[in-house]
Amino acid sequence: MYRYDSIDQKIVDDRVAQFRDQTQRYLAGDITEEEFLPLRLQNGLYVQRLAPMLRVCIPYGMLSSAQIRMLAHVARKYDKGYGHITTRQNIQYNWPALKNVPDILADLATVEMHAVQTSGNCIRNFTADPFAGVAVDEVMDPRPYCEVMRQWATFHPEFAFLPRKFKMAVCGSKTDRAAILVHDIGMMLTTNDAGEIGFEVFVGGGMGRTPVIGSLISPFVAEKDILTYLEAILRVYNLFGNRLNKYKARIKILVRAMGPEAFAAKVEEEWEHLKGSESTVTPEEIDRMKSFFPTPDYRILDDAVASNIDQQLVQQREEHQAFDRWITRNTREHRQPGYISVVLSLKPIGVPPGDVTAEQLDAIADLADKYSLGEARTTKEQNIVLADVAKDQLFDLWQACKPLGFASPTIGTLSDMICCPGGDFCSLANAKSIPVAEAIQRKFDDLDYLYDLGDISLNISGCMNACGHHHVGNIGVLGVDKKGEEWYQIQLGGDQGKQASLAKVLGPSFSREQVPDIIEKLLNSFVEVRIEGESFLETYRRVGHDGFKAAAYA
Amino acid sequence: MPKIILDGSVVEDSWNVVREDAPSALAELGEANTLVPLDCWNALQAESDKMPANVGVWIASTELPDQIEGDLQSIPVIGVDFPAFADGRGFSIGRLLRQRFQYTGQIRAIGSPIRDQLSYLVRCGFNAFQLAEHYDPEQALASLKDFSDAYQGAVDEPVPLFRRRG
Repeated sequence: MYRYDSIDQKIVDDRVAQFRDQTQRYLAGDITEEEFLPLRLQNGLYVQRLAPMLRVCIPYGMLSSAQIRMLAHVARKYDKGYGHITTRQNIQYNWPALKNVPDILADLATVEMHAVQTSGNCIRNFTADPFAGVAVDEVMDPRPYCEVMRQWATFHPEFAFLPRKFKMAVCGSKTDRAAILVHDIGMMLTTNDAGEIGFEVFVGGGMGRTPVIGSLISPFVAEKDILTYLEAILRVYNLFGNRLNKYKARIKILVRAMGPEAFAAKVEEEWEHLKGSESTVTPEEIDRMKSFFPTPDYRILDDAVASNIDQQLVQQREEHQAFDRWITRNTREHRQPGYISVVLSLKPIGVPPGDVTAEQLDAIADLADKYSLGEARTTKEQNIVLADVAKDQLFDLWQACKPLGFASPTIGTLSDMICCPGGDFCSLANAKSIPVAEAIQRKFDDLDYLYDLGDISLNISGCMNACGHHHVGNIGVLGVDKKGEEWYQIQLGGDQGKQASLAKVLGPSFSREQVPDIIEKLLNSFVEVRIEGESFLETYRRVGHDGFKAAAYA
Repeated sequence: MPKIILDGSVVEDSWNVVREDAPSALAELGEANTLVPLDCWNALQAESDKMPANVGVWIASTELPDQIEGDLQSIPVIGVDFPAFADGRGFSIGRLLRQRFQYTGQIRAIGSPIRDQLSYLVRCGFNAFQLAEHYDPEQALASLKDFSDAYQGAVDEPVPLFRRRG
């Protein structure tokens, strides 16, 4: 993964000193509340319902074991002993005291971490595939490019006071696991006819109260030109985005108002002035970034040993049904023979999705050191990936995971819900989301039933800001406020991949108690009409919305 | 006389920003150093080929440098308005003035820029700052040097860090 040199370290240290000074001046009354707001937001600090909330950046989801131990330390020393993995691969703490935040940032800086631009109307963290570098369907590793862009975006002086927040994602695999079509800018790594590397660029996707699928504005921007092209997009947005109404301020609204073609033309016009400038990325810089993400020194097995390991695994799976289930659901194929990627579930029943204790964080760091080359990744589905596990260590790893609460064999099932913190913590929320997730998990806790349902995404947001990505859930649940009461709208048919689609509202909303029963009716309807082998989404797309609607309101 | 930050020091300043009742003819201007709104500037510009040295222009955050008529280089001061400090259009306007239009005169942030925006404003080409009254400009000087280096190219350093790393 990327490691700081002395300049990177100095810049982050400068930031800590800057925020320490700002916090002191704020506490002394020298900065107004209104002026302090964007300063603290751009250091990840929200003021929440019960306490401030600090969101720490995990660039495109990559963590070293030393960083994970620091996250545990922060949870223990400054918070109530836990953190929460977010739907954008970051981690947030719900209970830090404002006066301690400069110290937290200083501690984080010792392991090359920060909370820069994790909130506020600026360029946020880049989303990438948690299986980057190891996925069998990967065409190009997105991480070196994410790092080039991360550095460009960090403390970008022109784009720190945009009309609204700005999120980007980069995908380098055949299956899009970064949800590029629902980001402000989505980039798909590709090559042109000449074999040069570049990006297909989509703009104006997003969730929130006006969900939109991104529009293709350039089929190929060469890798060397990507920063100047991004700068052109951001400048057009900064100058022409709506600043009068925050609900119309995202770039998707500008793209829609201008039309994608006119927007693309405006960007091209701006880009003409920037293209070829010194911000053009050099081949040396791309090579330097790639050198931080080398193919690890994998153990090369001869055929006899490999076949022995495979045989042993077959035997272990036969002997331990739970192990077999866990492998089926919680591991992913690896491009290197003899290796596999493992997803540690942060979705045991009764724990808010994505919550992780300091002890668990320390344990993840130990597991990463012992089983996965000292690194781990966060996923936007709020789980943890150990990307490089040797197959002969799987059984040991599984046994280690069980007492830690990471072994729920439910990845990709109904039980592996995406869920925002909701009304229990967030001051924006209209309704609670965590108790809804728990009620659904409890109702559908039979593994055979979950497996029979197959891959299905159920995403819950406590308000229309859509942190729980409900628009792209196969089943989406949205908390709404009706005359001071919490109600829940159910949506169907969302998907986040290359065939991204936005979920469609089923009809009138339901009370919290009704939600699990309605989900049950929808699932029964699916089981009834599916053709063998079909996923929930495939069935939905084949039979349409109305049958499900009728079942829900029957 | 009010104090502003100019080229890294606090100085007394005599430029007055006219927001309302802009003069309709050069004769109304008198001797005072005055920044007039864009439409006023363009109208006065039509009146004379050579504008007096005590007149500059300020542009609103909804306006763009290419709307300024006449010889840009001869304008002593261009003000860029921040009607609210969170209105970040001025950052792009500053860069356009310096990097697209090669303007070398004074670019002044007016309206409501805040102390903690100074380092970014400098990077975007601003060299003069009229901060809100509750800021002591002497103390605010410290915020000009919040960062020792920067990743991306901008006005103060057009060469991005990746071309400068050892």
